[in-house]
Amino acid sequence: MIKELTCICCPMGCSLKTEVNETGEVVSVTGNTCVRGENYAKTELTASVRIVTTTVLAESGKPVPVKTEEAVAKDKISDVVKSIKSVKIKLPVKMGDVIIKNVSDTGVNVISTRSVD
Amino acid sequence: MNDHSLIIIGGGPAGMAAALAAKKAGIEDLLILERDSHLGGILNQCIHNGFGLHTFKEELTGPEYAERYANMVKQEQIPYELDTMVLSVEKLKDSNKKAVTVISSKRGVQTLYAEAVILAMGCRERPRGALNIPGYRPQGVYTAGTAQKLINLEGAKIGKEVVILGSGDIGLIMARRMTLEGAHVAAVAELMPYSSGLKRNIVQCLDDYNIPLLLSHTVVDIKGKEKLEGVYIAKVDEKKQPIEETKEYYPCDTLLLSCGLIPENELSLDGGVEIDPRTNGAYVDESLETSVEGVFSCGNVLHVHDLVDFVSEESARAGESAARYILSGKRSQGKTIEVKTGYGVRYTVPCRINVENAGELTHIRFRVSGVYKNVSIVIKSGDKELLRKKSMILVPSEMVDLLLKKSMLKESGEEMTVFIEEA
Amino acid sequence: MYDVVIIGAGAVGCAAAMALGRYDLNVCVLEKNSDVCEGTTKANSAIVHAGFDAKPGSLKAKFNVLGSNMMKELSEKLDFAYKQNGAMVLCFDENDKPGLEELKEKADKNGVKGVSIISGDEARKLEPALSDSVCAALLAETSAIVCPFEMTLAFAENAFANGVEFKLSTQVLSIDKLDEGFEIRTNNTNVKTRCIINAAGLYADKIHSMVSSKPMKITPRRGEYMLMDKSAGTLVSRTIFQLPTKMGKGILVTPTVHGNLLAGPTAENIDDKENVATTKSGLDDVKSKGLLSVKNIPFNKVITSFTGLRAVGDTGDFIIGHSDVRGFIDAAGIESPGLTSAPAIGQYLAELVGEILPLQKKTSYIDTRKGIAHFNSLSAEEQNELIKQQPAYGKIVCRCETVTEGEILDAINRPLGATTLDGVKRRTRAGMGRCQAGFCSPTTMALLAQKLGIAIEEVRKTGRYAENGGQDNE
Repeated sequence: MIKELTCICCPMGCSLKTEVNETGEVVSVTGNTCVRGENYAKTELTASVRIVTTTVLAESGKPVPVKTEEAVAKDKISDVVKSIKSVKIKLPVKMGDVIIKNVSDTGVNVISTRSVD
Repeated sequence: MNDHSLIIIGGGPAGMAAALAAKKAGIEDLLILERDSHLGGILNQCIHNGFGLHTFKEELTGPEYAERYANMVKQEQIPYELDTMVLSVEKLKDSNKKAVTVISSKRGVQTLYAEAVILAMGCRERPRGALNIPGYRPQGVYTAGTAQKLINLEGAKIGKEVVILGSGDIGLIMARRMTLEGAHVAAVAELMPYSSGLKRNIVQCLDDYNIPLLLSHTVVDIKGKEKLEGVYIAKVDEKKQPIEETKEYYPCDTLLLSCGLIPENELSLDGGVEIDPRTNGAYVDESLETSVEGVFSCGNVLHVHDLVDFVSEESARAGESAARYILSGKRSQGKTIEVKTGYGVRYTVPCRINVENAGELTHIRFRVSGVYKNVSIVIKSGDKELLRKKSMILVPSEMVDLLLKKSMLKESGEEMTVFIEEA
Repeated sequence: MYDVVIIGAGAVGCAAAMALGRYDLNVCVLEKNSDVCEGTTKANSAIVHAGFDAKPGSLKAKFNVLGSNMMKELSEKLDFAYKQNGAMVLCFDENDKPGLEELKEKADKNGVKGVSIISGDEARKLEPALSDSVCAALLAETSAIVCPFEMTLAFAENAFANGVEFKLSTQVLSIDKLDEGFEIRTNNTNVKTRCIINAAGLYADKIHSMVSSKPMKITPRRGEYMLMDKSAGTLVSRTIFQLPTKMGKGILVTPTVHGNLLAGPTAENIDDKENVATTKSGLDDVKSKGLLSVKNIPFNKVITSFTGLRAVGDTGDFIIGHSDVRGFIDAAGIESPGLTSAPAIGQYLAELVGEILPLQKKTSYIDTRKGIAHFNSLSAEEQNELIKQQPAYGKIVCRCETVTEGEILDAINRPLGATTLDGVKRRTRAGMGRCQAGFCSPTTMALLAQKLGIAIEEVRKTGRYAENGGQDNE
């Protein structure tokens, strides 16, 4: 299977063409102008992950910024956001406090990114 | 008690970094004035990650980056006053002191005095009026940063169907943010043939969510008398004039504008600081000192940065310079080099280098005026080439940071020119 | 039953309310928008015209000169911004000079003082930014600038203080003639009244036809404007007109009473009474015509552009007087110089009411009004006094215009207070500066949400109610 993506390692934004075999392994990468492009394509295709950032509401209605402690699979992002939106938290929180453990069974915690009284 | 060695105007990333560096350089009597009710400035509403790779060697969100600095400020026991707005900065006629007039509920209107002042007020967004988009002025048109503040700090639920004009980083970040909040972002239109945001943001904020980026497109009409109902987007020709036949209607209840940031220099102007029309920030030397002796400028009020790490680094230099000025009690004399811009270079910071003040390495930061591939960045003084650096790509959205060795400065004449040389 | 119902809370309606507030009458103002000053009054040139332009003998001439003469004293008593800055009418062609002479004659006939004709060089000496092609000019010393929002709010608040009722968000649907007086059906409660004053601006024809069989037509005339940053506000000190044409007074360039620079308006008759959109061609027109008068207008310092609609009647003059139905009084077709004329028209309307109902002066009449403190224009001592009394005055919300939280709270909490962002903006100037509310709107919205008990996203920008439901007729 051929997959196309844009490299984000530098402003060049090379258009990468990649070949992926049945087992999901990256067989070849073309279109890159440096080795970083190849590495980027391999990670992006085999393990496309993102840190999710959003806000969780405190009981007072005040939003508190949060993030997933580690990157989660791209296709899990919307589940993660839904889980975060379904809870209300008590204040105060400290930066780094765990808000949700093992969010949406990703094995990753959601933590507060700001201390709010 | 209203006399201080150093007053720092602004408690965002620039002001905090400047204060920490000044303290470290031996300034004890300093004060940060912040108009908002918390330290950290705009970072507090930038809840996305990607901050701090240079400074902390890890990716942080805006609030985390801000809180780390705020904690350092508290740890160093640097005094700061919140909800305090500076109304004017003025150098006194009969001495080198600066009068800083402030207002707060606590102080009322009061004038403080300082030997040195660091301007770190940040920037603001270009509003719709300045863009001259014709049409109605309904509810639902926001600058991207205002929407960001409403959503992330006020918890407002705005927008179901969204169009974004301008592909600045805040616009891209907000495309993703609004999508995650349940909105549908129909398109991001960009007047220029290239994006003014970072590549990473285009991929992770637009491509990840299948949001189209329409380059060389702009909003030509706004519909909706009370509330926004939709916008017309058209392609533009090479002269950036809309092509009528390409006009297309996008129904939407929210239009976000991400069309550029402007350093907020009204205070500086009133205080007699000379402003560079290319950056809308102050003309500064290598010490980030402005045309007014003992008044320094750093961060987004000096020139708009794309990375907060660069803001912190630059501002720390401003803090050190201010400390040196205060401790020595004078501006340094000696050989100065004017930094001129040549082909492809829109501006440089600094515009002047005082060789005696310069450290082992001097930063020259600039932005290019277009997209350049496989070129060299060259610095020449007369016929003498001081520096040549190859680059595969240069884009206006990414600030270039060059380091000049002191030996190069010694070789330079009274003027040096930074330019792009195409192969 | 009310004695008088005024339909429309624009400059004229509020001036009539203020004038009637002097008497022992039951007066009520009905306004379809959720705030006063939401129609033609909010978007115009904000000029107190000297009165040299109107045709001698016309109602426009009469009320213009009367209104202009009243304005300074009113501004002091009612605490609204007013500045006599003078005006010039420019002539660019020797052949057009008779036009200036005509204006001078009109000025003399209308009883306008301080009008003279000067040469192009003399004009440039007074206003160095004027274009080189100016060959002569009419100088009118009594011309002035005013804040139309503050003026109208001042009239309304004074009327309110004297017992006039205001029913906002109340649209008149139909009017029935009763044996004695009228019954007015609205989207809210119906009201009965002995007299009606029709001050409904663009919709005065619609209201008129609910009662009268005599035809009236009000045509919206679109005028587009560009407002520039305060750093451009001193380019000219006087209001700079061009010799009038059939389509109006042409493009003017003027400082505003708050120190911005304003250029406009275009003049284009349209059909849609809600069409306040700006257009590319209109704004281009403002630019090119503005530059005829004044060199180097910094159009790169535009902070906002807007469109106003003038309510143009079908007689060439204001339509003010008793209608064919006793008790129904029209104040219609109040286009320029309507803002200037408003206080005089208001007094005249009260006199007309007196021809129907007995007017008895109130024993306890308030003839002053205290506006919102404009913190920025106070002395440091006054500022500190205010902050001491009310710490909210120590907190700047709008940094561009230096507007404090105290002022915004006053705007929201005072009688007929603001309920929208635009309402706060017009009362305090918060959001009217160069960042156009980018920084302050979240704070202002939060303050409004708190007062109104609603979620922040429910706070409205405008109090305007578009009659055709916001649909476009294009």
